[in-house]
Amino acid sequence: MFILEKRPSPSRFWTAATPVLAVVLTMIAGGILFALLGKNPVEAIRTIFWDPLFNPQFAAYSRPQLLVKAAPLILIAIGLSLGFRAGIWNIGAEGQYIMGAIFGAAVGLAFYPADSVFVFPLMVVAGAFGGWLWAMIPAILRTRFRTNEILVSLLLVYVAQSILSSMALGALRNPEGGGFPGSRNLSQYPAAANLELVPGTGLHWGVIAAFIAVIAAYILLQRHILGFQIRLSGEAPRAARFAGVRPNSLVILCMGISGALAGLAGLFEVSGPAGQISIDFASGYGFTAIIVAFLGRLNPIGILLAGLLMALTYIGGELAQFMLGLPSAAIQAFQGMLLFFLLAVDMLSNYRIRLLLRRAAP
Amino acid sequence: MLGENGAGKSTLVKMIYGLVKPDSGQMTLRGAPYAPPKPSIARQQGVAMVFQHFSLFEALNVAENVALGMENPPPMAELATRIRAVSEEYGLPLDPDRLVGDLSAGERQRVEIIRCLLQDPKLLIMDEPTSVLTPQEVEILFQTLRQLSREGTAILYISHKLEEIRALCDAATILRRGKVVGTCTPREKSARELAEMMVGQTLTPPARSEKPKGAVALEVKGLSVKSPIPFGTTLKDVGFAVRRGEILGIAGVAGNGQDELLLALSGELRSTRGAVAIDGKPMGDQGPNERRRAGLVAAPEERLGHAAAPDMSLTENALLSGAIRKGLVKRGFIDWPATRSFAEEVVKEFDVRTPGIHVAARALSGGNLQKFVIGREISQSPTVIVVNQPTWGVDASAAASIRQAIIDRAADGAAVVVISQDLDELLEIADNFAALNGGRLTAPRPTQGLTVDEIGLMMGGSHGMEVAHHVHS
Repeated sequence: MFILEKRPSPSRFWTAATPVLAVVLTMIAGGILFALLGKNPVEAIRTIFWDPLFNPQFAAYSRPQLLVKAAPLILIAIGLSLGFRAGIWNIGAEGQYIMGAIFGAAVGLAFYPADSVFVFPLMVVAGAFGGWLWAMIPAILRTRFRTNEILVSLLLVYVAQSILSSMALGALRNPEGGGFPGSRNLSQYPAAANLELVPGTGLHWGVIAAFIAVIAAYILLQRHILGFQIRLSGEAPRAARFAGVRPNSLVILCMGISGALAGLAGLFEVSGPAGQISIDFASGYGFTAIIVAFLGRLNPIGILLAGLLMALTYIGGELAQFMLGLPSAAIQAFQGMLLFFLLAVDMLSNYRIRLLLRRAAP
Repeated sequence: MLGENGAGKSTLVKMIYGLVKPDSGQMTLRGAPYAPPKPSIARQQGVAMVFQHFSLFEALNVAENVALGMENPPPMAELATRIRAVSEEYGLPLDPDRLVGDLSAGERQRVEIIRCLLQDPKLLIMDEPTSVLTPQEVEILFQTLRQLSREGTAILYISHKLEEIRALCDAATILRRGKVVGTCTPREKSARELAEMMVGQTLTPPARSEKPKGAVALEVKGLSVKSPIPFGTTLKDVGFAVRRGEILGIAGVAGNGQDELLLALSGELRSTRGAVAIDGKPMGDQGPNERRRAGLVAAPEERLGHAAAPDMSLTENALLSGAIRKGLVKRGFIDWPATRSFAEEVVKEFDVRTPGIHVAARALSGGNLQKFVIGREISQSPTVIVVNQPTWGVDASAAASIRQAIIDRAADGAAVVVISQDLDELLEIADNFAALNGGRLTAPRPTQGLTVDEIGLMMGGSHGMEVAHHVHS
């Protein structure tokens, strides 16, 4: 009989090794899934993980895409991870991402066609503010009325999506767009555009913001008393109160940071890769970032790597769709398996499996 | 069965009750080999046990709680009748329809005892049953146990309280570090002889300081605050003052407001501005860190999860409450080297047995973690120290060193409040004595000259548990 035994202290080895093991298990289970769909599993896995980076035919296009896709995931996941560590569950980053994009784009469009170096910085501030504001709704409802922030933040995603549609069709619609839904293209408005900074790399301001967020979060958690209080609140809430942490202030702070970062991600997306406010602007980054946060063990460096890996499965998944004709649902299932396996093998860091030779009962 | 905390008493009785399987050896019950694979088999063979920590549901009534512990409970009405009958027969009146959440600790223990008596046990095991009782309630319990014993029930009574064993038991077996070190007839031995058999060394009582007391360092007046804990106790008009150099002992049966009082003093539970004054400064509406800055440190009862974060290292746990007074945080940034040396200092000075300061708090034994927690607080040169249950579940030698450290810090001029359910401990170290009863605090009185009866009355007498024993005896 196998038994699970709690380790006296969490295993450092397994804490680092479980994400790798989860990726390997996902490849195996995904391979079986692809084989059942009648595709060559080895080829499918290679198309997803290898071709986007090293295939001479696709790499030139795919490689820059890696940073473009990873940046919003990392930016959002870093914000979420702070709250998750403190036991504050912001599930509505998608809504904050949309609101950041709307606020930022609205500021940019208001200045159109003025040319000033201040337009883009103002948009950045407005984007962060929009996301922050949207996150404050569940935060204040939780601290004042003890509502559940998981439900409130999640439901506000759908509200944000409706506001997005309304904006694309109404207030922010391009007056010169011939009546089509969607705003002016910000990436064609130089003062507001978030363009590729170094050609061929995919590097834009959002990527830089993501790197800064990773470093800042790392320092916060390792060296700053606030990071200590965040970790303490998640691990031992009563000890946190004993240490003088005010739970409500922490909720406001963590929700605020994650909302602002999600808003920033939305702003960088709308002014760069997406270009405009449109009905289908929301692309699920806010939800995928939850997987990225956990895949990265809520650790800033881990999130950086997890964000890149998740971006790779996106790009590789698209490639596999048109190269091998894999259905997009199979790719989504594949990405879901990643979180599933991670959570499943997660217990290895706190438990060990022991083989128990049962003695015969007397 | 007598032995100090950690001697193996609970492990042994868990084997008898079928909760733990022995590695080797045999047991014999009424002449037949006995090896219960699980508690239900033990119960079938007539073994019943009352645990130290109750396994009761506060939101259910007495009869429902009893039914939950039975294999085939009879219909509720019939069970209630049987509970009434048994409880009256043994002088333990209990209303089957009352919610357990509304009962006192002594009454809750009755629920456990009656649950056992309904099975008509041949052997009744009682694990430290008096730790939740006032002296008067202990007397009621002893009368019940004597009656059971007269009727032919064998009782295995486990305790580390010597006077109880001498008053109640016909024979005693003494355990130390998992081994039987002796058997005796407890009435023929003095409490001191028993203690030395139990600990294995000669005990020196802590040295009290007789220095004159200084100015009032902690003043509490009109402190009334609602409990944040479900089924907790509301503090009502609590007032006392502690001078520098003085140790105030606060007794009380568990659940009479001890946890709430600690929270209200540490600052985790805020009250009105004037209710708590530290060194003359009103601090009642301030949080824990402001109070630490003003000179008050606190050590809550629950070590893992409240006083310390289980999965964090000792270094991180040193930062948890030491950040303010030890200056471990500069402009928001943690000074890890200083934090590590503070943790090292506590470990060294208070003889905390640990492989290092990097290990998680939960890896330490209860006694060692408690030494760390108490050491962490009192090394911050505080003016006021508040501790709740400083030696709960700690072995005798660690308990002695913790008590001595508290006395020493008082002698250095700190005002100390010790909340404890261990009366012997309070009588040993406290200058003044008060008791919590239903959220109210009695007026403090000098410890010297207090009789056990007076203490019992301060703790609330028998908590409304008027007894039917005089009918029987």
